[in-house]
Amino acid sequence: MVSKAASDAPSQAPQPSGSGAEAASGPGSGSGKYLTSSVAGAAKILVVGPLGVGKTTLIGTVSEIKPLSTEAVMTQAGARVDTVVAGGKTTTTVALDFGRITIDGDLVLYLFGTPGQQRFLPAWRDLAKGALGALALVDTRDLEASFDALGNLEDLGLPFAVAVNVFPGSPEHGPDELRAALDLLPDTPVVACDARDPASSVRALIALVSHLIHVATETS
Amino acid sequence: MTEPRPEEPTASAVRPYVITRGRAASDIESLAWESLVMATDAAFPASLQPEHQTILAHCQGLLSVAEVAAHIGQPPSVVQVLLCDLLEWGLIVTRPPVPPAEHTDVTMLRKVLHGLESRL
Repeated sequence: MVSKAASDAPSQAPQPSGSGAEAASGPGSGSGKYLTSSVAGAAKILVVGPLGVGKTTLIGTVSEIKPLSTEAVMTQAGARVDTVVAGGKTTTTVALDFGRITIDGDLVLYLFGTPGQQRFLPAWRDLAKGALGALALVDTRDLEASFDALGNLEDLGLPFAVAVNVFPGSPEHGPDELRAALDLLPDTPVVACDARDPASSVRALIALVSHLIHVATETS
Repeated sequence: MTEPRPEEPTASAVRPYVITRGRAASDIESLAWESLVMATDAAFPASLQPEHQTILAHCQGLLSVAEVAAHIGQPPSVVQVLLCDLLEWGLIVTRPPVPPAEHTDVTMLRKVLHGLESRL
């Protein structure tokens, strides 16, 4: 991860621009470090699911930048103590990977990979604020591992689509069977996807955004 | 590509609350992770804290708060506080995320849809 090395060292001295692993390319280049200067706004989608389900793979497959990793500091009573901040609250950190897609000249879409476990819910609330929706990745070899993530999405009221990341040897489930096992609402889209394949991953995002449009037109 | 290890605690030699002088992102009107920021042309004082200077060095073009945090290896919660300082001093400008009212804006969602479809 690009940021890992840097996070282990104190940043005592200012680093000259572009000294990192990723060279800064000039504004105007869509695939460089910086966004095109015409971009006026940003939107975000969460990619959620249990450890190892392929969140980072999917983000890396569709992102125009190498996925970046950052640490969300979360405050949680009773969490394993990492550092104690002013005020005596205990905090732990959770690594979040993210990528971006410049949609057109003035809009950029960020994809944030978010771990599913219930205990990371506090970290979610912040991230979910303002998110368009979420793509929930599911591994059919371990459906139960996805329950927390799906439950969190429902608690937050964030609309989502389910993408089944097809691994070699994944058991074949019919859509109805899967829907029942995951206790999904009838209108929640379920799509199969190969997180390593750009077109397949983009199609999963398209299924989600189509669903969001459907939800938005229904409620307006 | 490997999955991150979310449970692994990471530690910086300088504790985050030292860098922010005890301030937390929740104390201020904080920038969202996807808020876009960019350094202005204004000259900054030589006395500027090294962390602020590091951020400015990484903001020579338009980037999200999350990207700035990842590039400098500090948690976004710390970067949010420092960016608010820079904003107050006129050293960065920000482009806010799409306003909440527009989240269900079908026009915006259609734009995202078309943008994605054009990548197929």
